[in-house]
Amino acid sequence: MAFEEKRAWMMGLVTVVAFAVYVVVILGRSVGIALVDVAYVAPLLWTIGCAIGTTIVLHVVLATFSPEDADVMDQRDREISRFGEHAGRSLVVVGGMAAFVMALVETPYFWIANALYLAFALSAVAECAAKVAAYRKGFWPW
Amino acid sequence: MVKATRVTNSIRSLRFAHEEMTQADLASRIGVSRQTVIAIEQGRYSPSLEMAFQIAEVFGVPLDDVFQYAKEEK
Repeated sequence: MAFEEKRAWMMGLVTVVAFAVYVVVILGRSVGIALVDVAYVAPLLWTIGCAIGTTIVLHVVLATFSPEDADVMDQRDREISRFGEHAGRSLVVVGGMAAFVMALVETPYFWIANALYLAFALSAVAECAAKVAAYRKGFWPW
Repeated sequence: MVKATRVTNSIRSLRFAHEEMTQADLASRIGVSRQTVIAIEQGRYSPSLEMAFQIAEVFGVPLDDVFQYAKEEK
């Protein structure tokens, strides 16, 4: 398995697990109160911070076990990377537009922040899924 | 990743004809990973024209001895 494919798997899984943990924490705090009144800022920042930290640690672990492949991208890796970024970018735009509209209609900050986090998470998952599919099923850029 | 390619190749047989060159040897000579050579051999990746010429040069054969374009079935 190519090093960049391993990285894509890792980033996708970390993103999904981090988002799932965040949702569980928020739903756990919402018992007896309205969802928009839940203190979400700290869990959100901790989740994002831990996801970034975990990604860095796992990257180092991967690189330790296959040092000859680590951080060496060839033409195929670069093309698949661009393809993956392209696949995920549309969801960031959708999330940004959703947050824009929500801000215009004065939706509570809770929903705006969470809509953006959901968009970032979905974007990362779409990017990773596109990369993994390209590595496993085939990639014909021409 | 749009559609499967009709380009086929003879890299595997050329490697064996050249002192059983390994995929890793070929990869290092054209500056890509072994996984990329495997993907090209199996038709899961179409290399750029430049990389295709590099592969042909390694084997010392014309480009169309390495890559072929299958005719469309009607």
